[in-house]
Amino acid sequence: MSILVSADTRVIVQGITGRDGSFHTARMIEYGTRIVGGVTPGKGGQTKQGVPVFHSVPEAVAATEAEVSIMFVPAKFAKGAMLDAASADLKLLIVITEGIPTLDVLEAYEALSARGTRLIGPNCPGIISPNACKIGIMPADIHASGRTGLISRSGTLTYEIVKGLTVAGMGQSTCIGIGGDPIIGSTFVDLLPLFEADPETESVVIVGEIGGRDEVVAAEYIRDHMEKRVVAFVAGLTAPQGKRMGHAGAIVGGEEDTASAKIEKLEDAGIPVARMVSDIVRLLDA
Amino acid sequence: MKLHEYQAKALFKEYGIPVPEGTVARTPADAVAAAESLGLPVAIKAQVHIGGRGKAGGVKLIDDAAGIASATETVLGLTIGGFPVTKVLVTPAVDIEKELYVSLLIDRNARKAVYIGCEEGGIDIETVARTSPEKIVRCEVPAHRLGELQAGFFTEFAERLCDDATQAAELATIMVSIGELCVGTDASLVEINPLIADTAGSLLALDAKIVLDDNALFRHPDLFSLRDEELEDPDEIRTREAGLSFVRMEGTIGCIVNGAGLAMATMDVVKHLGGAPANFLDIGGGASRDKVVAAFEVLLKDPRVKVILVNIFGGITRCDEVARGMVAALDESDVQVPVFIRLTGTNEEDGRAILEGTQLIFAETLEDAAARAVNTGGAA
Repeated sequence: MSILVSADTRVIVQGITGRDGSFHTARMIEYGTRIVGGVTPGKGGQTKQGVPVFHSVPEAVAATEAEVSIMFVPAKFAKGAMLDAASADLKLLIVITEGIPTLDVLEAYEALSARGTRLIGPNCPGIISPNACKIGIMPADIHASGRTGLISRSGTLTYEIVKGLTVAGMGQSTCIGIGGDPIIGSTFVDLLPLFEADPETESVVIVGEIGGRDEVVAAEYIRDHMEKRVVAFVAGLTAPQGKRMGHAGAIVGGEEDTASAKIEKLEDAGIPVARMVSDIVRLLDA
Repeated sequence: MKLHEYQAKALFKEYGIPVPEGTVARTPADAVAAAESLGLPVAIKAQVHIGGRGKAGGVKLIDDAAGIASATETVLGLTIGGFPVTKVLVTPAVDIEKELYVSLLIDRNARKAVYIGCEEGGIDIETVARTSPEKIVRCEVPAHRLGELQAGFFTEFAERLCDDATQAAELATIMVSIGELCVGTDASLVEINPLIADTAGSLLALDAKIVLDDNALFRHPDLFSLRDEELEDPDEIRTREAGLSFVRMEGTIGCIVNGAGLAMATMDVVKHLGGAPANFLDIGGGASRDKVVAAFEVLLKDPRVKVILVNIFGGITRCDEVARGMVAALDESDVQVPVFIRLTGTNEEDGRAILEGTQLIFAETLEDAAARAVNTGGAA
């Protein structure tokens, strides 16, 4: 079982004719994801990776009945593409693109919310529900189907953690990369209730990092509203103040958005926090 | 990207926000000349990318011509919060009737563009928000309307900060300009602290802070030149130009990682195991050969780096491409320090095959690689 996506989910790819879009479309189809079309303005009528390409998202949705879109459109054109998606009343939009201007994301997020479309990302690896559906760029073979849910602000760090889970025999129900930007469409607290309600998820791992307050808000939510076991990891204990650590959203502004402040808040709320990646498995087992 | 006060004030002026006159000076002689043309008394203000300049002695109020040179020399000799002061802003001292606080920021928790106001200026707004939240006025604005709002939209906000109707109208107009400035420059923060009323009752931005969105700089080539590279680590500039994300630290273990979260976690593991990372370095998604070469170059020329730890988890990045970069880096430079590498994920076998026979030492897990790096001369 899974949250947000399933083996039946019909997916289109925005930016399907680009290098990354085309490469990952092939990987997703290989995995068994039902990719039913793609969108590249000006290239409608073509076929890419065996699926039809459309000029716009509404056109693609009308023809394919897709309910989810995954976007690889370059940052410069991302706002237009996100607004295009917003006009199609999708259930879910997943934006992989890194480096989109914050005001563009904000405007698109507002448009998507107004139409009831959930946004995951930007600057994220996407979603995978092992053995059912992969809508993202993560390496497939590190995952195994199981009962642990995962929500993470990072990409490759998520792979590291997932591999650790799989090696330890802990499969995953759904893994969601929520992205490393300052403004993201879904935060921990937007997704935790879905895992809490999912009968097939037994426990949840949240992976945070420096910058912002999302982990603190999550700590309060988990303490007050969750029965299931949640284990956390927060990257950036060694990060200096005021320096952007790669992700646009990963910057320590004040005392409250350091990794140590977040770890303290999570532990105060009764949530075990792993200090080493390998501790996550042990804490889930405890 | 943070702007200096003088740069922010120039943008304020361009967008119609009233600011005092001012001149940037790099030497005491320049400051004396500037004060002569501006007229006494003047304020000499250190231009650094950090708050709390006043407390650090970086702002001097001078009313006699004789004091300007020595005051400037003192300020130019300061290092504030790790930033050496290389220039000052000379600006006429203004008689203050009242101080306010106004800003426009992207509130990441609320996911909104928000105007913040406070009837006290010159304060630390985060402290006020914590201790007396009732003094804070907020006004959320839909992002798509930011640059097109009329003064009437801000009347209520402005009247809460200004009793005088004329002054409130002036404030509402300034708020419109702040919105236009935010959209026109892709600012994530525009802050006036304090916005003052002078003895004639007119509003004036006595200080100015702007933080620009790095992700949006591609559409503002004119603002690119405002980056103060003087204050930056040259290696940080070089690596940025190569498309890498690099931050220098104090330790001895050079780190090359793909992905920001994994790069931070790798540093954390190094520290947890008793070592000290020399840097944060994210070669990014889809890391090309050129980026890997540039990453090695910057670490190898740092004499403090005693060992290099490479941690690659292929996803969008392909291990074989990184491996080719490693081979090129080993060919092009004289690598005298041990290099431990953990390489896994997309095209892992191809990557390992390419690196066979090189001096790189393979480890299976991140923790194994980090432990061996720490043991090999990397312990703090």
